[in-house]
Amino acid sequence: MNFEVIVENLPKLLDGALLTVELVVFSSLAGLALAFPLALARCSPRPWLRAGPWAYIFFFRGTPLLVQLFLVYYGLSQFEAVRASIFWPILRDAWWCALITMALHTAAYIAEILRGAIQAVPRGEIEAAHSLGMGVWQAQRRIVLPRAVRIALPAYSNEVILMLKGSALASTITLLELTGTARTVIARTYMPIEIFLAAGVLYLLISFALVQVFRLLERRLGTYAC
Amino acid sequence: MGQPPALEVVDLHKRFGALEVLKGISLTARDGEAISIIGSSGSGKSTFLRCVNLLEAPNQGTIRVAGEEMRLVRRRDGALAAADPRQIARMRAELGFVFQSFNLWPHMTILDNVVEAPIHVLGLPRRQAVERAEALLAKVGIADKRDRHPSELSGGQQQRAAIARTLAMEPKVILFDEPTSALDPEMVSEVLGVIRALAEEGRTMLLVTHEMRFARNVSSRVVFLHEGRIEEEGTPDQVFDNPSSARCRQFMASHQ
Repeated sequence: MNFEVIVENLPKLLDGALLTVELVVFSSLAGLALAFPLALARCSPRPWLRAGPWAYIFFFRGTPLLVQLFLVYYGLSQFEAVRASIFWPILRDAWWCALITMALHTAAYIAEILRGAIQAVPRGEIEAAHSLGMGVWQAQRRIVLPRAVRIALPAYSNEVILMLKGSALASTITLLELTGTARTVIARTYMPIEIFLAAGVLYLLISFALVQVFRLLERRLGTYAC
Repeated sequence: MGQPPALEVVDLHKRFGALEVLKGISLTARDGEAISIIGSSGSGKSTFLRCVNLLEAPNQGTIRVAGEEMRLVRRRDGALAAADPRQIARMRAELGFVFQSFNLWPHMTILDNVVEAPIHVLGLPRRQAVERAEALLAKVGIADKRDRHPSELSGGQQQRAAIARTLAMEPKVILFDEPTSALDPEMVSEVLGVIRALAEEGRTMLLVTHEMRFARNVSSRVVFLHEGRIEEEGTPDQVFDNPSSARCRQFMASHQ
């Protein structure tokens, strides 16, 4: 075991890890924001409102993240219209492509988590809100969503951890996040064991930190009381 | 002509599919009346109460609160729904509802449960809502629990908190749907004590209950429901001691 090579390349790996953290944090937050309207529409009694999110979720859950990354990064650039559009400066950038794809991907899962949570809010608690004079939207906003968020939190944290590992796929579209950096370093040093070990440890540390954040959040929101 | 009655229900019908649960119930509660609704399970007591504030959609009938008629429209499935969401919200706020299973919001403290609707429905300033809530929590005897969460309270305390939450809206009529049925026996009396105090204050209330002795002691009027119809109605003494209907006599005999 050559520890020297790990120490030597640690700054590079840390840079990659930072990029990984950025990807995961931003895509998880953007995915969460996107998931709320999706989940609410999915719970709607109106069929035409449910159809859009249903198709969206069907597509993004039904295809691999890797395929989605390729479609966005390599696929979109095939179209002249895309290259000519104002979005091109963003869509030609691998970092943005990875972020957007991961956000869209995770949003589908989070939307389903949220939908389950919204439907798990006990009927009686919603009736209580109505019986006190709250309208449908007010009850949603004041009671159902705050309750659903607490119910969904453990499953959401799980999804974020999954996205942490999914982010390794971003290396396939030239992004030098943790896995991508590890592979480049290995290509130069021929020391796969040491470098992958170091990368693995860094992934563990990141997921440990994420778990701590969610534990804090769960305690803060008092999910224990529900 | 005096004031319109606090609550007036005329010819209320409710069907679940082919099953007609309520077959035309009319009931008027004047100001200050405490009316107990009794009957065996399946007689439609709870359904009636839930129809009054539209938690359940009736199929036919008229509901008036303090003279104001609830505007209803027929849905595609034949049941009636509120024609005006604003009106129904306002009228529900005038009809307090106390649930069998309390239905407190578990993610909020007891105080927040009580101030939630006064602030966000009535538009009360927070300070004023908190003052009102504290007074009510003291009144139902759980002032010390204001910062606890519902899961930290006993069933009896939770139901008293739920009653405080309902009272905070200053409803014209309070509907109690078997408020003690989910409680351990030793907690029943603390909740009944609170309800009794409210009746003695002259609150208008409808009370669906299985506590016969309590119904007899608190109510000004007792209604016996059987198979979706009012089978017997009168003063407690009349209904309990001298019912004219054979079914009511039978029911009383098995509940003494």
